[in-house]
Amino acid sequence: MRNFKKTAVLSALFFISGLSLRMELYAGEKLSAETIIQKSQQAFYYAGADVKIRVSMKLINREGKERLRELTMTRKNYDKGRQKYFTYFHNPSDVRGTTFMVWKEPEENDSRWLFIPAIKLVTRISARDSRSSFVGSDFTYEDISGRNPEADAHTLVREEKVEGKDCYVLESIPGSEADFARKTVWIDSATFLPLKEEYYDLRGELYKVFTAAETKNAGGFWTVTKRTMKDIKRGHRTEVTFDEIKYNTGVSDSLFTERYLRRPPQ
Amino acid sequence: MNKMKIPVNIFIIIILIQPVTLSAEVSLQGFLQGSYTPLITGENRDIGSGSGFLLAEERVQLKLSDYSPSGSAGYFAKTDFFRDSIEGDADIEMREAYLDFSSDFYSLRLGRQIVTWGVGDLLFINDIFPKDYQAFFTGRPLEYLKTGSDAFKLDFYPDFFSAEVVLLPFFEPDNLPDGRRLFIYDPFSAVQDREISEPSSELKNMELALRLYRGIFGFDTALYAYKGFSRFPGMSPDSFTAPSKISFFFPELAVYGFSSQGNILDGLLSLEAGYYDSLEDRAGADPLIANSQTRFLAGYQRPLFWKEFNAGLQYYGEYMHGYANYEKNNPQGFPAQDKLRRYLTFRMTQFLKYQTLKISLFAFYSPDDEDYFVIPEIRYNMTDEMWISAGVNLFGGKTETTFLGQLDQNDNAYLTMRYEF
Repeated sequence: MRNFKKTAVLSALFFISGLSLRMELYAGEKLSAETIIQKSQQAFYYAGADVKIRVSMKLINREGKERLRELTMTRKNYDKGRQKYFTYFHNPSDVRGTTFMVWKEPEENDSRWLFIPAIKLVTRISARDSRSSFVGSDFTYEDISGRNPEADAHTLVREEKVEGKDCYVLESIPGSEADFARKTVWIDSATFLPLKEEYYDLRGELYKVFTAAETKNAGGFWTVTKRTMKDIKRGHRTEVTFDEIKYNTGVSDSLFTERYLRRPPQ
Repeated sequence: MNKMKIPVNIFIIIILIQPVTLSAEVSLQGFLQGSYTPLITGENRDIGSGSGFLLAEERVQLKLSDYSPSGSAGYFAKTDFFRDSIEGDADIEMREAYLDFSSDFYSLRLGRQIVTWGVGDLLFINDIFPKDYQAFFTGRPLEYLKTGSDAFKLDFYPDFFSAEVVLLPFFEPDNLPDGRRLFIYDPFSAVQDREISEPSSELKNMELALRLYRGIFGFDTALYAYKGFSRFPGMSPDSFTAPSKISFFFPELAVYGFSSQGNILDGLLSLEAGYYDSLEDRAGADPLIANSQTRFLAGYQRPLFWKEFNAGLQYYGEYMHGYANYEKNNPQGFPAQDKLRRYLTFRMTQFLKYQTLKISLFAFYSPDDEDYFVIPEIRYNMTDEMWISAGVNLFGGKTETTFLGQLDQNDNAYLTMRYEF
């Protein structure tokens, strides 16, 4: 009898602990909106310790006329969400050889430097305007290096499939200066990459749409390799392709200095 | 001729080492450009065939470069071929031609090269390298304000700071408005006999420029030192009362300075200062040689109001040392400079149409000299390869004896078209 009792208690305990384990698992599936956004930021902007990418941007106007921007971008992560970016422009010809460096500080204004090869000038540029266009494209500086997720309020509104992939659908309302009044984001529940974003203005009208047309596993890190940002009202869009993606190259800190701005590595 | 020797020699070296050390992928780029600048004051210059024009030229620039795969050795050459319709001639200008060598610890650049230092916007204190003001005032693209120097430049990178050392064996003056293409104030305009004597290329005349830099609390901070010659000539008439000959010369000069630039309150703060040590006239008693000066500037720029709009302000001053001696010795009848000459500058820039259209305004104003220089400009990138820019250079002042006031008759409109390849 005693043995039976003991077994009953043990199995009850086992059942309870199993239940709590299952509850934990369940909680793991039902992530909070904040956690999803955090994981998405991590996957989209912070993947790997560093990465080097050849970026092609096609700027296409309403009439279908194209302009091209080609650049090599190297990013390295540091502690507390800080990052350094080094960008070398291959094209168009009037900016060829120009280098651009950003030290991203999540809590403060970024530091940005530009090297102009025609006069061998390295200059700082003011960085407040994170919502201005990056090289004349439909992407803003904020779109390129990320918006502080804590600046906005996020709500998980539903889960649905986008092109066969399970997605969390979140709505974000900006808590600080922003172009959009509301944003809806579809985040892939497997990779946490954003597959689609819709930006709404103050009148509630859709004005800008981001779509990830292709995601690939590049050396162990899921990466959006083809993306488009479309300005609905102006009929202008920018298509971006990532090639030659190399994660964890072990790039040295010294790349992100004036020395290499002036003499970028080949 | 001295100035052409080094680039030519470097070209020969490039041709010799090219097949041995470097990659097979030589890069050739450049542009075709037309620049046309009519005077808008109704004046005429009586030179050449381009009456009424300050500039009318077509230019081809070729940029040739090749670097080893590691980047540790290579060369770069930038040459302009141009036809000047005003002078009615065609010529070649070697703008840059240098060899690069580098390792983890140093970089060496040898040959004709452009060096730009300091944090001022069109105001230069510690950038003592040669400039072409005539190009700037006649509406050539801004990059032509800077000219190359034949130099030996060594950069090195100890842990605590980085350093640039530049040796300039051949003196090169600034290209200042000379009264031929641009109207200027010339107190001896009747005197035709003029000679320019530049410092000879001797070891003792070797110019030396040094820059040490590092970040300090988020501010890019640099210290500078220079020993050489003023690129702005002193003027020596054989007699002040009845001159028959004017000699131009370049007095010895040393400059010590600093600069710092960083983010403050959503904008960018720039500070720079330099002490101009007039080595041949420290007491300030010689009226032919500029006195020692302290030059300083403070600038602030930030995005404002709406998207893609930037505004910047600068406050700049030149404080003359030994002013009592200057006043006492300034020849009678010659305009005297103030002890403190200040300039205020204002810049605004607006990008439109996905940054293909840029509208900008730059203005200098001196409350002491009461003169100004205003440059409104519009630039449009028609395609990725082709752009066109048009602007106006407006000069003026209370008197015609100040630096900008003397240019009053040179108001001009400029048009530049460039096709890049």
